[in-house]
This record gives sequence, C-alpha cells and structure tokens, in this order.
Amino acid sequence: MLLYVLRRIIYVIPIVISVALVCFLLVHMTPGDPLVAVLPPDASQELAAQLRAAYGFDRPLPVQFAIWFWNALHGNLGTSIATGRPVFTEVMRAVGNTFILAVTASIIGFVLGVFFGLIAGYFRNTWVDKVATGIAVTGVSVPHYWLGMVLVIIFSVTLNWLPAVGAGPGGWAWDWEHIRFLILPAVTMSVIPMGIVTRTVRALTGDILSQDFVEALRSKGLKERQVFRHIVKNAAPTAIAVMGLQLGYLLGGSILIETVFSWPGTGFLLNSAIFQRDLPLLQGTILVLALFFVFLNLIVDVAQAAIDPRIKRS
Amino acid sequence: MPILALSRRSGRQIGAALLLATAAAIAAPSIAAAQTTLRIGMTAADIPRTLGQPDQGFEGNRFTGLTMYDGLVNWDLSSAEKASTLTPGLATEWKVDDADKTKWVFKLRPGVTFHDGSPFTADAVVWNVNKVLNKEAPQFDASQVGVTASRMPTLVSAKKIDDLTVEFTTKEPDSFLPYNLTNLFVVSPAKWQALYDKAEGADAKAKAAAAWTAFAADASGTGPWKMTKFVPRERLELAKNDAYWDKARVPKTDRMVLLPMPEANARTAALLAGQVDWIEAPAPDALPQLQSRGFQIYKNEQPHVWPWQFSRVEGSPWNDIRVRKAANLCIDREGMKDGLLGGLMVPATGTFEPGHPWRGDVTFKIKHDVKEAQKLMKEAGYGPDKKLKVKNQTSASGSGQMMPLPMNEYLQQALAECYFDVALDVVEWNTLFTNWRRGAKDPTANGSNSINVTYAAMDPFFALVRFLQSGMAPPVSNNWGFNNNPEFDTLVKTARSTFDPAERDKALAALHAASVNDAAFLYVAHDVGPRAMSPKVKGVIQPKSWFIDFSPITITP
Repeated sequence: MLLYVLRRIIYVIPIVISVALVCFLLVHMTPGDPLVAVLPPDASQELAAQLRAAYGFDRPLPVQFAIWFWNALHGNLGTSIATGRPVFTEVMRAVGNTFILAVTASIIGFVLGVFFGLIAGYFRNTWVDKVATGIAVTGVSVPHYWLGMVLVIIFSVTLNWLPAVGAGPGGWAWDWEHIRFLILPAVTMSVIPMGIVTRTVRALTGDILSQDFVEALRSKGLKERQVFRHIVKNAAPTAIAVMGLQLGYLLGGSILIETVFSWPGTGFLLNSAIFQRDLPLLQGTILVLALFFVFLNLIVDVAQAAIDPRIKRS
Repeated sequence: MPILALSRRSGRQIGAALLLATAAAIAAPSIAAAQTTLRIGMTAADIPRTLGQPDQGFEGNRFTGLTMYDGLVNWDLSSAEKASTLTPGLATEWKVDDADKTKWVFKLRPGVTFHDGSPFTADAVVWNVNKVLNKEAPQFDASQVGVTASRMPTLVSAKKIDDLTVEFTTKEPDSFLPYNLTNLFVVSPAKWQALYDKAEGADAKAKAAAAWTAFAADASGTGPWKMTKFVPRERLELAKNDAYWDKARVPKTDRMVLLPMPEANARTAALLAGQVDWIEAPAPDALPQLQSRGFQIYKNEQPHVWPWQFSRVEGSPWNDIRVRKAANLCIDREGMKDGLLGGLMVPATGTFEPGHPWRGDVTFKIKHDVKEAQKLMKEAGYGPDKKLKVKNQTSASGSGQMMPLPMNEYLQQALAECYFDVALDVVEWNTLFTNWRRGAKDPTANGSNSINVTYAAMDPFFALVRFLQSGMAPPVSNNWGFNNNPEFDTLVKTARSTFDPAERDKALAALHAASVNDAAFLYVAHDVGPRAMSPKVKGVIQPKSWFIDFSPITITP
C-alpha cells in the first residue's frame, strides 16, 4: 500500500510543473495590459514603463516564469496588482469560502444522489425509478445560474426568508446569521452532483443486482436488508470516485453561481482577476485550484485502493 | 449560617443582576433603533482600494476616496441642477505665483485632525505628494502612482513653506492643477509610520509594502466617514466622523456598509429582498418593478460621453468634415433613449451640454436631421449606390460603456440611412482599453477608423485636452485618432496658461465649441448614473457628477 501511495505521489510532480507552466503561459497569452488595474489609459508612456519595471513585467517571459515558480515553490505567490494584498492570503480566503460552499453542496448532492440512485436502481422500471430518474435528469439539465436566480426570486424577493447575496456579516461562523447566506447557493450548486450521483448509483445498483453473487446471497437465506447492504458496499467505491471528481469541480468554484450570489469564493475571485487582468492573482488562483484537483485525485485514488484491494494489486 | 448568608447575598446579587438585565433588555432595542445604517450594493466586484488612492475608476473615488479622505480641493456636490465645480477642501485658498507660473501656493485649513487624532499639516501634504511622485521616499508606493500621477500630469513636487502653507511646482504653467489635485487624497502619515514601525523585517521596501497593506485594513484620513471594519471582497463598514471639520457635512447616518455586488440582477434582488437600502446601476429591465414597489430611482446627467472617436490619420474617411457632421446629424438620439435605453441616457450634443460653463458658443447644432445628413454625404461624393465603408472598434461590455453592442447596432442601422456601411469590430473591454492607448495607426486598430471608448469629462484634461491636443497622440495619451488641429492646440495652450478662473472657463468653452463645430467626435449619449433605493432613504441629492455626498442622507430605521 505504501509503495502504491509513493508511486502515486511521484506521478504528481511532473503534473504540478506542467500545470504551473500551462497556467503561467495561458494568462500571459491573453490580450490586454496586466497593469490595467493600476495604470489608467491616459497614463504617460514614461509612467507605464516605470510601473512595468516596478512589477517586473519588463523582463523576458522565461525569467518571469522562473522567478514566479521559484517563489511559488516557497509559498510566495506574489502580490495582487489590483489590491496590493498577498495573493496567497487572497486565494486561501477565497478557497476557504468555496470549500464551505462546495462541501455543503457536495453533502447535499451526495446524500440525495445516493438515496435517489439506490431507490431508482432497486425499484427499476417502476414509478419510483421514473420519479427519481426525472429528478436526476432535471438536476443535470437545468442551468444552475438560472436555478439560482429562480430560488432568489422565490425565497429572497417574494418570501423574504433568505438573503439574496453575500456571505454574511464578514468572517465565517457556523451560526444561523451566516448559514442562512449559505443555503441558496449550496442548494443551487448541489443539483448537478446530485443528478450525476443519482444516475451513477442507479446504473451501478441495477448492474450489481443482476450479478450472480446477489442470487447466491439470497439463496443462502440472507434477508433483503442484508443483501441491500452488500449492494451499497459494492456501489460505494465508484460512487465515492464520482463524488470525489464532483467535489473537485465544485472546489474549483463556480464563477456563475458565486457571481449570482456574490459569494466571495474562488469563482468570484477568478472573475474579478480576469476582468482586472490581475495576472499574479489569476496565476495564483489557477495554480492553487489545479493543485487541489491533483491532490484530490490522489486522495480519491488512495481511498479507492484502501476500499478495493483489487486496485492496489493492479 | 454562613451558607444562608451567602445565599441571601447571592439572592440579592441575582436580583440586582436580573433587574439590570431587564433594564438592559428594555434599553437595548432603543439603543439599537437609534443607530441608523445605510447599506449600499456597489457594482464593483471588490471593495475599491482603501489606502487613499482608490482603484476601479470613479466608483472607487466615490466610495473609498471621498468618504474617508479629503483632497486639498474637493468637488461641490450640493446641487442637482448646476454643474459640479471645485470647492475648498483641506486647502482654504490657492494662488499661482505671479512671477513664476509654475509655482502655486496653497493655504491649508487649520485645526483639522486625522481619524487617528494626529494633526493635518503641511508636512502631511508633502508626505502625500511624495508617496506617488518621489521614488526615494520611504512611503513611495508604485501601486498608487498610476491612478494618481496620470491625473496630475504636470505636478513635479511639493514644498512646505510653513505649517499651513505648501508650494507646488509644475513642469509647465498649468491652470488645471486645482482640478488635478481633487485626485490626491490625503492620508495620515502618523498612522502609516506607526504601521511601518510595527512591520517586521529589515528591508525598508518590504516594510513599506506591509505598512500600506496594513493601512488599507485600518485606514485613517480626514474625511466625513471613518473605517470601522474591512473584509476584503465582502464588505467595508464606515462610521460617521463626528469631529469632521466641515460641520455642515457631518453625516446624518451613523453607519454605512458597502457591499460589492457586480451582477445587476443580484443587486436588484438584494434591494427587493431588503438586504440593502441602495444599489448602484439597477438592472434596466427591473426599473418598472422597482418603481411599482415604491423604490425610488435617482438619475442625473453625468460628466460622461459615449462617443465614436474618429481616426484622423491619412486616408481616414472621417477626415472630411462633411462626413463627420453627417454622422452626427443622422442619429435619432431621442429614439435611442426611449426605445433602447428606457430613458437612461441624455442625448449628447457635445462633451458639455447647454448650461455648463465650458459649453461655449457651439454653432454646429447636433440634432436628428437625416435630410441634411444625406445632403452632406452627397456633397462628399457618397449616395445610395456608393456607400461609405467605415469600421468601428468597440467592446461587448465595460465600465461606462452602457449597452455597447445594442447601441452600436442602433448606430449601424441609423447610419445606413445616410449612406454609411458600418462594420463593427468587437473586442474584449480590457483589450479595447489597451488598444485605445496604442492609437489608430497600430495594428490593434484592425482596420477600424473609429473607436468607441466612453470617457469621463470631470476636468479639462480628461474631457478635452487628452483627445484634442496634437501632443497627446499615442503613445503619450488618448488622442487615439491623431487629431492634429492647430486651432485646438492654440486653445489648449491658452486655457492652460489662463489663471483667472472666469477667463480660464471662457478659454475652455472656446476649445469645446471649436471641437463640436469641427464634429471632432460622433457624440451619442451621456450616462445618467441610475441608482435605486428604498423609500426609507431620504435627503439624496444626485449631482451632475460621478460622485455623490453621503453626508446629508438619512434613513428611517
């Protein structure tokens, strides 16, 4: 097992370097001036040159990359051009907010998805299956920014039950004053993973039910509840893998949902960094999110290996 | 017995505590009710920078500049009818040196203190000038230079004469300096120094950067509002400054909370849900719903122009004044206002409209006259069978651009009636902004012979000089089309070197009139800065400005 984990960690190193290089090149390839946030278009050429030098944008691109990557390896992602605040602090604050939103949405999505998937698979081709599948298809198909707006109209504007935007009075705490800001974006964000997990678990349940070992368990006289437990156990590794990927997507932040709800997470941060051409912030955010994805995959792989010994052996 | 005694004492204590708690519980709501809070949803995606020189354009100055800080010279925002003009701020008076017109003497306001209690003196003014102009000063901050130095292009240095007198030096005689100084906000050097001393490390530059970061989170100016809480990207809370030097402008509301809400529908929903009391730029489609539910809509003509800026390089079709005038006469601006923008624009007949001190004697009357436009086009050699091909570069969105694509398509259709064949080159907003600096001769113009970048017209340099003076052609400034008109150059020189305010205004009016008479732009619209607010908000005066004074505003709890 240890060897397997080590091998997977070694695979991560070239991926990290490639991710850093690609995200650096991508943001530098986009048109526009990286100093637009601090340099108005009427600024003199002399002033523009002075600032370009002050921010190091006058150096050759490979030199800029080498300096940035070296600093990033030491935990220094630079300073945001627009705000002057350290990028690392900015990104981690946003990651924290997105983490709260994504994990809440994942829990809602996973619990509902597994529930609907299991009952749809177990009662295949009955009305229960049709209702559960219908919910799943709707969840996957509905544009979530649209759903977010509809929920805001119903629960904020019409009923006045929940706030429309924001993340509370500043600084997160698990109290009602903050949680009420979380409900609408989390529910909106949960519908896609809920739909995907439902469909995956439904297909898995159907597949497992048709396998010989289920018949064998039943013929051995196991109660249906015990058989069901075996089905859940067999479906778990794939469901976890799917949910892990979904959590990865959600942790990447949803630019649309976070913008609709003004939720100060990574999507909101990326949106603002893109429009302000804040290259250090953009690079730092993309790098951190990409690394999250890489490490999440690593954790999912290790978790799968721990649950299913066949993966480890292969 | 001792136990009993203790119990009695405890009983009395508990009784007293209960009485106190009850009294506090009764008093608490009335104390809370006495506190009034104004909550505003901004269009910005982040709190504009709070360290003295805000980013995010004039929205930044509106919310984190003029609230917490003062300039030496302020804007008079007290009238909704007349154009906003200059008024003394931290300087009580100013005068150019009669012998040397590059020297200005500013007399400072006595008895002013920063929010941290330190006194405002000439040293503070010199320190604040040096933070953006003197690279050797410890407080020099490159990130504040761009938004400040470019707005005071001729200022070279400041020198203390005495505690309440400062001398400014410009690199050439410049009568616009008082306007330029509205962009320099004065922060507390004492507060910054304390934060600098606290910063760790031996490297002075790193300590200075850390001090500015700390200052942004715990700011200190002289303005009518004091910072009380700052959560980056989430909220800025301000409290009224009871000790503000201008007693007439001590805020009438206790607290103000500023929330970034970049999405128009989200802002509107937040207002409808009662989460905020005031939003900037509500979604245009939601205006009837807002009004039907009792919300108030405020708007007023802003010093803003939505134009096409013509290329005047060799071979440009816009070099013919008949073509420029025809385009200006071909547009039904009233139709655009009522049909496309739901009333949220003022038709533009120049950079400044009648009533503005810089309007001048405009003889070319911009109106909707298709017949006259067609006549001019025929004189220029065009007609139904020989259309003039023009290309305009614009963006799909952007600050101040209003609704750029529908508006440009409206112009495209309107101009087709006057024998124009308009092509649109749509680029991303930031790219358009960058291209603007590069000029019509640069490959980034992509064959366009006009560019659609809206501009602020608050002061003479921004409104006129940077577009009309030949020396402002790229890469120096925003004369994108390489306008080269000796008359404009002479008028700019005259205005810049006329120091009597009334005479300077006359010179600027002459410059403006000359530019309209020359049809220097396709003038289309002025924005009206719409904002929507709860009926609880009273005392709002929306001036003809990008800014607004929050001091007279009250809110019913």
